[in-house]
Amino acid sequence: MSHPTAATATVHGAHHELGFVRTYIFSTDHKMIARQFLFLGLFMMVIGGILAMLIRWQLAWPETPVPGLGWLLTETEGIIPPETYNMLFTMHATLMIFFVIMPILAGSFGNFCIPLMIGARDMAFPRLNMISFWTGAVAGVLMLAGFFVKGGHAAAGWTSYAPLSAVPTYTGTDWGQNLWCISLIVLGASSMMGAINYITTVVNMRAPGMTLFRMPLVVWSLFITAILLLLALPVLTSAAALLLFDRTLGTHWFLPAGGGEPLLWQHLFWFFGHPEVYILILPAMGIASEILPVFARKPIFGYRAMVYSMLSICFLSWIVYGHHMFVSGMDPRVGIAFVLTTMVIAVPSAIKTFNWLGTLWGGSILFTTPMLNALAFVGMFVIGGLSGIFMASTPVDIFIQDTYFIVAHIHYVVFGGSIFGAFAAIYYWFPKMFGRMLNEPLGKLHFWTTFITYNVAFFPMHILGVGGMMRRIYNPTQYEFLQNLQWWNVLITWGAFALGLAQIFFVINFFWSLFAGRRAPMNPWNATTLEWSAPSPPPHLNWGDRIPTVYHGPYEYSVPGVPEDFSPQTRPLPAGAAAHH
Amino acid sequence: MLNWWLPEDVSTYGKDIDFLFHLIYYITGATFVLVAAALIAFLVLYRRKEGRRATYTHGNTTLEIVWTVVPTLILVVLTFLSVPTWARIKMQMPKTDLTVQVNAKQFNWIVTYPGPDGKFGTEDDKTFDNEIHVPVGKPVKLILKSQDVIHSLFMPNLRFKQDAVPGREIPAWFDATKPGKYEIPCAELCGFGHSGMRGWLFVHTPEEYAQWVKQQWPS
Repeated sequence: MSHPTAATATVHGAHHELGFVRTYIFSTDHKMIARQFLFLGLFMMVIGGILAMLIRWQLAWPETPVPGLGWLLTETEGIIPPETYNMLFTMHATLMIFFVIMPILAGSFGNFCIPLMIGARDMAFPRLNMISFWTGAVAGVLMLAGFFVKGGHAAAGWTSYAPLSAVPTYTGTDWGQNLWCISLIVLGASSMMGAINYITTVVNMRAPGMTLFRMPLVVWSLFITAILLLLALPVLTSAAALLLFDRTLGTHWFLPAGGGEPLLWQHLFWFFGHPEVYILILPAMGIASEILPVFARKPIFGYRAMVYSMLSICFLSWIVYGHHMFVSGMDPRVGIAFVLTTMVIAVPSAIKTFNWLGTLWGGSILFTTPMLNALAFVGMFVIGGLSGIFMASTPVDIFIQDTYFIVAHIHYVVFGGSIFGAFAAIYYWFPKMFGRMLNEPLGKLHFWTTFITYNVAFFPMHILGVGGMMRRIYNPTQYEFLQNLQWWNVLITWGAFALGLAQIFFVINFFWSLFAGRRAPMNPWNATTLEWSAPSPPPHLNWGDRIPTVYHGPYEYSVPGVPEDFSPQTRPLPAGAAAHH
Repeated sequence: MLNWWLPEDVSTYGKDIDFLFHLIYYITGATFVLVAAALIAFLVLYRRKEGRRATYTHGNTTLEIVWTVVPTLILVVLTFLSVPTWARIKMQMPKTDLTVQVNAKQFNWIVTYPGPDGKFGTEDDKTFDNEIHVPVGKPVKLILKSQDVIHSLFMPNLRFKQDAVPGREIPAWFDATKPGKYEIPCAELCGFGHSGMRGWLFVHTPEEYAQWVKQQWPS
């Protein structure tokens, strides 16, 4: 299969031309694996998004036929039945969390950024990396297969609280919930492989001069994410296995009839689940920390504070999970300890926010599409972070637990935070990843329509939650105390539909630019980090004969005494220039 | 205040919860306004202009200390304000002679009264579906149980929420301050009938309540 071409002959890396399968399918190149994770995530986002639209239809106009869905829901002539509704929100969350945000942020940008930004030719274990992606893809297929089995897919919520999830007759789902467990066990293996690879690569494969405190913050964030993945995912994997045993082998881990304990599931799930929230948000924090200095043309404010705050999140995220269980029946004295830790974990997020503001202060700000998305991340994450304080206060949590206030909070963190972070990353690294520029006007149109409709869709959920509307209910109009709030549900649904439609701009831009976008130069944003010293897109093994040498920290913008407003990490700062690190 | 936002409060401890809610609302609201104002101001003031270079700085240790210590203090104070209310609601059961068992099942609240002898499991126990009757101004002890999956007894107007977990008996209490009829939805996903699983809390005047008791236990 190998026939060297003129283009590859100029690359002096010690490799030979690979065939189609080894290049595009079973590739060991971290950049191809990054693209694979990106496409997996974007594909799943379409499915997860469609599920969200159906949820919103039902909540705005309960028990009316969904236009165009009569062929699928033949028995009800297009009306979504309650058990199907439970499946919709269960799978919306499951797909978005495990198969959209994790593959895009940790999978794709973890793979793409870590080697390129620390000056490594590839991951430490390229073959393990390939296996990690394909294991994840198998998990995705297993998860999607659940939609086609008798009894429908899992319908016990993405949190799958036992005993509801543990006994098939309680939900009516049979193999759907089993496949949910099996898929997550397989996905856990995929995450473990990825996490080990990321950690090893960051520890062992940094270019000469790339000390830990010269690493870009996005690499720090992905490194810390990998540590959380390594320690948290096995807990979920174990819990999912126990749940599967309860369902299929007749064990009673979570069933009191046989001496089991329903709260055990919650302890295991949230011991994984709260670090998981930070697995979803830390990479986005890193992405924002990366993009703000580039387009403010200024060094990041408080680099070390940024690193230490992420490390403290890494530690604290293990001891806050009890705030998910304040009214679960857990001993209220234990709750008190979790109030303090939960309050305190807001501090590192506050530190990060103030440092992002400090980075903008005195800058020379360029409003590119990646910058707009990174700024939206900061603004929306602030709302999501502040609303979390309500939950930390146990008495307030008694009222807002299991209401739309929680739904609003989680969407401000994982959509306002993680998804705007993902869009920022895609707009920023697309030129390096695919060698072509995205269209800026179309990108801005996508950003503004998304930003506005996102807030219409999610902000009023706070109001519904404070009004007492429970999450996961099929029909809010069944309740007298929610009657006068129903118009908010209608407004939210229109916002959600518009938000869904706004993504068409992104799809057009993405695919049009992939094939016909302007060719990307090596360093289109005049940025300083190492990936911009490799060609766009970088060849196999990233750099030619020599990997770059690093002379200083990652954010040397507008250095006095340097004519350009950026000083790449590969270029020593002139003597007398204010050197740092 | 924002009482038009929260449902009407008719419980003794609801005002403490609402106080904390509003306190956090104003603190976080003010924080958001300040951060958003600073963000927008910086974006306008420091937008790209020809001939001006960005300020070259890597940070400021004093600022880092200030914006670490100030939020920490505020959050620790919120912790210490939250804990006594939490302890009062969940850890200090007031003395009362009115105890009601709520046994949840897919998709009903089975409510049991001990009857005149005050003991459960005796012949004069009486059971109702989805109805709790209590007198106004008297602490009521609830014992929450579940027959199948986890449910959550939610009384928005009483600021009451507590999960009912199979295999456990979870004590809880409330004290209603205003007669009326209040909804009791289930707040924890419990299956296809979760939506619509609800009961009613009837808060009676003492006279009405005495009459209701007389109707149920005529002897």
